[in-house]
Amino acid sequence: MGGRTLLSLAAMSQLSWRYLWRNHRRTLIMLMAIAVGAWAMIFMTALMRGMVDQMIEDGIDTLPGFVQIHHPAYRDDPSIENSLAPPGPALLAALQAPPVAAWARRIKVPAMISSERNSRGVMLLGVEPDNEIAVGFDPASLARGRFLEGNDDQGLVVGRKMLDRLETDLGKRVVVMSQDPENNLVDRGFRIVGVFEGKLSAQEENFVYAALGTTQQLLGLGDQVSEIAVIGGDYRDVGALHDRVLQAAGAGVEVLSWTELDTYLGLMMDVMDGFVLVWVTIIFMALSFGLANTLMMAVFERVREIGLMQALGMKPASILYQVLLESLMLLVLGLLLGNLLAVISILPIRDGIDLSVVAEGIEMMGASSTLYPALKLKDLILANSVVIVLGILTSLLPAWRASRYRPVEAIAKT
Amino acid sequence: MAKIKCVDLCKTYRQGDATIKALDHVTLEIEPGSFICLSGPSGSGKTTLLNMIGGLDLLDGGEISIDGQRVDLLEKGPLADLRLHNIGFVFQSYNLIPVLSARENVEFVMQMQGVTAAERKRKSLAILKEVGLQGMEDRRPAQLSGGQQQRVAVARAIVSQPKLVLADEPTANLDSVSAQQLMELFVELNQNHGVTFLISTHDERVMRYAGRLVRMRDGKVISDEYQKTN
Repeated sequence: MGGRTLLSLAAMSQLSWRYLWRNHRRTLIMLMAIAVGAWAMIFMTALMRGMVDQMIEDGIDTLPGFVQIHHPAYRDDPSIENSLAPPGPALLAALQAPPVAAWARRIKVPAMISSERNSRGVMLLGVEPDNEIAVGFDPASLARGRFLEGNDDQGLVVGRKMLDRLETDLGKRVVVMSQDPENNLVDRGFRIVGVFEGKLSAQEENFVYAALGTTQQLLGLGDQVSEIAVIGGDYRDVGALHDRVLQAAGAGVEVLSWTELDTYLGLMMDVMDGFVLVWVTIIFMALSFGLANTLMMAVFERVREIGLMQALGMKPASILYQVLLESLMLLVLGLLLGNLLAVISILPIRDGIDLSVVAEGIEMMGASSTLYPALKLKDLILANSVVIVLGILTSLLPAWRASRYRPVEAIAKT
Repeated sequence: MAKIKCVDLCKTYRQGDATIKALDHVTLEIEPGSFICLSGPSGSGKTTLLNMIGGLDLLDGGEISIDGQRVDLLEKGPLADLRLHNIGFVFQSYNLIPVLSARENVEFVMQMQGVTAAERKRKSLAILKEVGLQGMEDRRPAQLSGGQQQRVAVARAIVSQPKLVLADEPTANLDSVSAQQLMELFVELNQNHGVTFLISTHDERVMRYAGRLVRMRDGKVISDEYQKTN
């Protein structure tokens, strides 16, 4: 006596597969339910993830940089007094080696801009044009004119909305006024050489770009700057870049990652991860009732056969595994279909969905008016894992019930 | 070969307010290689006795041993092992797995026993040929007649040469020709392979094949006689 009474995986798979298709209609309905559920999980997550990624990326472009170096007092008082000296040899070496991909020195001071008709408060950005583009400024956002050319360019690039507010136009002159380090008012005239359209309307209204050298000259700053913006690697994993820059920058400056510079943006990533999990779980909860019911029905309609298998020597554990395997097959098939549907529906819109009709509302949330779905491997893995794990847990009850029948009672069922 | 000892078996069922004594102090000893018929009217306890010996149900009292091993003390797992390696069942209503073909049904037990695929195939084809189902190996149960299904069930019960075959009214749903063929197959297995048969029936034609006839009524053994066979 003795020996093994567990069916081999191949035999159990064959049995499960046959039982799965014993009732084609019921299995197909459940498959469709799982597929549509999986599609909804993945498709909606891709849209939401795309929107949040866009918000974060736009936010980082606006900052700009994954990491910024400032004078320790700059963030509390972004005035000219709180400027940085040029990077020392150690920092310079670090900025020119991986993981740093690009960096840019910037001046960022409050200023007043006046046209012949209006005056507005703005943030004057003194930038190195090529480096500024490397760390975030999108040349394609220029609606008219050109971007700055070189550090001594005498022109000014303003936002489209600012142009409207000032009631001026491309090619006209404006006066920019600010304070030098001795708190003296300084000003100079600029010709508007370019007009940009920001991803966020706040950019268009608040930022004006001048060349770094010209701005330093205006403010009497010498070679000092307000900040150094750095990018490199994946913004989601900014820790290594931050640590490298911090180590090289040494004491006397403040080095902050984008998650610290804009805590709202930083939280968005964690919130999105949590949202995906909640969203996927809620959809699965709805699915689980159908799945449990399907398996219950599948078990109830073969109670007699379960009794027979036990009478022939099949152990209760084998019966439990067999029902679970049936459930796993149903889940995997449904997920395959659902994933396929999701990819098929995301591919045609991968170049973006135009939401310009509701642009203002979306911009209030910090998002741009074109939504790019983002199909992430980790979201796919999460959605599929949740369905498999919770699906198997849901199947445990019918499987356990199947394994608990007493052979004599089960065989007597009609 | 299996020596079976049943001592003072008791089993009661509740049916509404009534208590039914399915087995009432039944004592029976079955020698290895026996061919025994249990007879009696419906409700006499034949099926209950088979179920108890096969470990399909729990006793209220008494002891059952097969080759000295106490069946009534075994847990579910070891009981399943006992059935798998020692007992073949033939039920009244065929009881095949409907999603498997005739050959797969026969191979099912061998799969659990860990027999290799080639050996399973060889044995299942041979036994199906022996029970007259050559050419029908790939048919599902629904594509077979009642008699053919019962022969598949018999093939499954005997393919791995168990020590004991428990058959509960095996001819109840068969025509007379099929019933006769089945009983002749049982006798052949009993005589040539020494398989012990314990068959419950109230078919007089079946009883004539048995070397020993145990009559039951109201859960009790009322007679236990050896007899000449056909």
